[in-house]
Amino acid sequence: MRALNRKLLRDLMRLRGVVMAIALVLMGGVSTFIMSLSTYDSLVLTQAKYYRDYRFAQVFASLKRAPNSLARRLLDIPGIEKVETRVVAAVNLDIPGFDDPASGQLVSVPDRGKSRFNDLYVRRGRTVDPSRDDEVVISESFANAHQFRPGDTLSATINGRRKALTIVGIVLSPEYIYEIQPGSVFPDYKRYGILWMARAPLAAAYDLEGAFNDVALSLAAGANLDDVLDRLDELLRPYGGRGAYGRHDQLSHKFLAEEFGQLETMATVFPVIFLGVAAFLLNVVIGRLINTEREQIAILKAFGYGNAEIGWHYTKLALLIVAVGLAGGVAVGILLGKGMSAVYQDFYRFPFLEYELKPAVVINAALVAVAAGMAGTLFSVARAVRLPPAEGMRPETPPEYRATLVERIGLQRWFAQPTRMIMRHIERRPLRALLTVIGIASACGVVMVSNFQEDAINYMINVQYGMSSREDLAVNFVEPTSARALHSLRGLTGVTHVEGFRNVPVRLHFEHRSFRTALQGVEPDGDLYRVLDKDQKRIKLPAAGVVMTDYLAKILGMKPGDWVTVEVLEHSEPVLRAAGVARPRTFQFADVLAASQPALRIPLVAVTKQYLGVSAYLQRDALNRLLQEGDVINGAFIATDSRHQSEVYTRLKEMPRVSGTVVREAAIAQFNQTMEQMILFFTMVSAVLGAVIAFGVVYNSARIALSERGRELASLRVLGFTVGEIAYILLGELALLTLMALPLGFMLGRALCAYLVSQFESDLYRIPLIIESDAYSFATMVILVSAVVSGFLVWRRLRQLDLIAVLKTRE
Amino acid sequence: MSTTEANGVVFQARGLTKVYDMGQVQVHALRGVDLDLYSGELLVLLGASGSGKSTLLNILGGLDTATAGHVLYRDRELTTASDSELTEYRRHHVGFVFQFYNLIPSLTARENVAAVTEITRDAMAPEQALAMVGLGERVDHFPAQLSGGEQQRVAIARAIAKRPSVLLCDEPTGALDSTTGVVVLEVLERVNRELGTTTALITHNADIAAMADRVVRLADGRIVDVQRNIKKKPARELRW
Ligand SMILES: Nc1ncnc2c1ncn2[C@@H]1O[C@H](COP(=O)(O)OP(=O)(O)O)[C@@H](O)[C@H]1O
Ligand SMILES: [Mg+2]
Repeated sequence: MRALNRKLLRDLMRLRGVVMAIALVLMGGVSTFIMSLSTYDSLVLTQAKYYRDYRFAQVFASLKRAPNSLARRLLDIPGIEKVETRVVAAVNLDIPGFDDPASGQLVSVPDRGKSRFNDLYVRRGRTVDPSRDDEVVISESFANAHQFRPGDTLSATINGRRKALTIVGIVLSPEYIYEIQPGSVFPDYKRYGILWMARAPLAAAYDLEGAFNDVALSLAAGANLDDVLDRLDELLRPYGGRGAYGRHDQLSHKFLAEEFGQLETMATVFPVIFLGVAAFLLNVVIGRLINTEREQIAILKAFGYGNAEIGWHYTKLALLIVAVGLAGGVAVGILLGKGMSAVYQDFYRFPFLEYELKPAVVINAALVAVAAGMAGTLFSVARAVRLPPAEGMRPETPPEYRATLVERIGLQRWFAQPTRMIMRHIERRPLRALLTVIGIASACGVVMVSNFQEDAINYMINVQYGMSSREDLAVNFVEPTSARALHSLRGLTGVTHVEGFRNVPVRLHFEHRSFRTALQGVEPDGDLYRVLDKDQKRIKLPAAGVVMTDYLAKILGMKPGDWVTVEVLEHSEPVLRAAGVARPRTFQFADVLAASQPALRIPLVAVTKQYLGVSAYLQRDALNRLLQEGDVINGAFIATDSRHQSEVYTRLKEMPRVSGTVVREAAIAQFNQTMEQMILFFTMVSAVLGAVIAFGVVYNSARIALSERGRELASLRVLGFTVGEIAYILLGELALLTLMALPLGFMLGRALCAYLVSQFESDLYRIPLIIESDAYSFATMVILVSAVVSGFLVWRRLRQLDLIAVLKTRE
Repeated sequence: MSTTEANGVVFQARGLTKVYDMGQVQVHALRGVDLDLYSGELLVLLGASGSGKSTLLNILGGLDTATAGHVLYRDRELTTASDSELTEYRRHHVGFVFQFYNLIPSLTARENVAAVTEITRDAMAPEQALAMVGLGERVDHFPAQLSGGEQQRVAIARAIAKRPSVLLCDEPTGALDSTTGVVVLEVLERVNRELGTTTALITHNADIAAMADRVVRLADGRIVDVQRNIKKKPARELRW
């Protein structure tokens, strides 16, 4: 081996502390990069494969009732490739040993053969026997929540009749990756589940023999989704169609797409920060390292080594360090990526996981790392070789110090010599001090982001459920019902307060923009549901006009004073006639355009600040008038006396018209539990990585300072300074820089959170920028602990300073 | 065996001037030096600290460039040479010995020498060079395991292993006690005698001048005196 290569390896060994510290930071950067991007790529790939292999439909529509023969006419619509009709029904469930109200959705599986769309993956047990009317398969999340196994039973109220059902299988479906009860914001697997049963008995129970009330379709290549949706709506309108929609409006897909979008942001933002900081550190530290070698560089030059050879020598040093960090980073990144993907697989209940690490991801990480290492090296080598060798060999002229600002303004008598040394040192190298501060600050910022999520979510829940919707229960009726139904609810023991509401699915139009959501008619002076402004003050719902979620107004590009056009997506209800109220018209956007009906244009009066979902609110009787119906509701908010809660649940289950009950507190608890695992993982990962960055910056700075000032410090020791006193000079400077970095880190963390918040904004939720003091203190703690640990490591080196060496050699 | 002008001129310096520009002050390290160095001779450069000895030597060795004047190495103009020409020059023709040895601490004695021989043509084996300086037994020791005098001998072995045509030594005994210094000077004397290497040796110690063929005195950037020793004193007999 060439002597210089041997020097290289020995230098690496000698510098192993520094090498490991740099490699560690780089590992942090590379592993986050690999972890996040491979997790994201894996999830996207898995989702795509899941959708393809299990034939997730592309278009969905539900309706009141249509004969099976209509399926053929749907096929005639240009752009439609395949059609599968289904029967889908909302049911109340009665689960042995579980008193809370639970509800679900019953979906038919074909009598013969496989489903054309949304095929089921059987996790345990088997699929239903088409000839049996008492067999169901259930979704895995629901099964897990209740520890159901094949063979267990539960009962469902199917069209008013109670029926015992046997679970024969536990399944997964691409259509219900996210199982969320309509009208709810969080999944609650204990109280809401998806069940599949044979079509014939399900159809029979709902008077849908030879008919269907739901349809899934796929598009031919090149089809225009909007055209297809328009044609479908037109065809299904006479059958009580509720508006067809594509995947992007399908609830489960929408949630998933939203989360993947966030994941993509996270997968880009964080690794870029880490890799950036790692690259910066690598650059700085390698630069410093080479500075300390300036004498050896001069020697090599004196003996005839060329600049290129010397440059290449040190580049190899840098590349070896990079290689260590890169190899470790890739290995750890794959490990974490697999772990993280598995966490997500579990979370989304994908039947399988395709772990994918694109070569480009590794190559990019390598390129950034190598470029950073090379830049640091070449820059410093260039500076070192520019020096004539004669100069390189003479001891560096004593650095120029001067009295610091503090001293110049006459405060020096407050500081002892060592403190003056610290201040002068910082003032002499302001850029380096600044870079150190920035490095530590980024570590602080990264840690803050992890904690911020939790604070923000708590705040969201508090506003949404503590101030806005304050009911204990929300019940939905199977169909719009006369408000007289409220009386029977009020009569229940344990119910203290009831407020009816009327929801209607609509598509809102303004200018060229439109959005599918619900119009919510609530009691203007209600206690249980309140619309709030941005200061959480109640907005009084106007007698005429609508109040929109701020985000909805933004989507539609509306401001108060504009008029929104409402396209109602609800079919007529025979029950309303039975209840003695006028049959409502079904309004279609086409009608509106044709007749330009003024009644269906409503002014936007105000916007409400909401963090979850998007809606438009108006007074319930205003909505009733708009729909040309009587005193109609389709659900109610209920406040209960906690002592009688289970009685209320039992009675509600017996009410045939109640299709679903959302227990608020349970939903929140469930949500918190789910989020906690995810957040815990994120907090851990980013705390560790933030600590690694902080440690890398502080430790490397200290080591560099030690290598540059070791002689000075040893001389002080010779003069009788204690280890503690010289440690104060060296580490005191870093402590000061660390403290200076914290406020900057807070600002950086805030900016980072603000960026994430803006990136995560969606119609499902908007995370508020809420950073509680615990986020600041946690970040502070992480930074201080890593600083103290690195300080301790350097302290140990200070104790071993070779005092004799100082006296022996020159200077 | 003694050298004369007849053997040919290795260096020819004319009007060498070096000015260090320090901003407000200009330091005139050399103020027009004319000097010839003859092949095979052992020249001692004498002068007080700051008189410009190192500056002169560094310019001769291609480590630094003059502000004005000319240096000719054989028929090569050094003052106008490019950086890569100077590198090539140092690589194949010059050996340096410095006051503080400047060994590479992470390499053993043998490897320190090899680092230089690897990049030149027909160099000696590192072991041979180390044997010449009397360190045949210590080839695998690291600098930290050697005394100052031993380190300096390794530095000499490193400088001579490439069989340079000139050996430039800047206060090679400056950091050594006199007994150790004498050992080092003996080695230089032997190299000069046996390999015929033209040697320029800087010292501020007038006693050492006795071993030279010629003694050049510098003061304040100028040559103030050139003296030829009729009879050289062997290094072994030097004391200070
Ligand atoms: N790189 C430099 N920058 C500024 N001044 C220098 C530099 N090198 C040497 N000098 C000055 O030039 C003069 C001659 O220095 P030098 O040749 O090292 O003297 P000597 O080797 O005889 O002690 C001194 O005054 C010294 O301070
Ligand atoms: Mg000198």
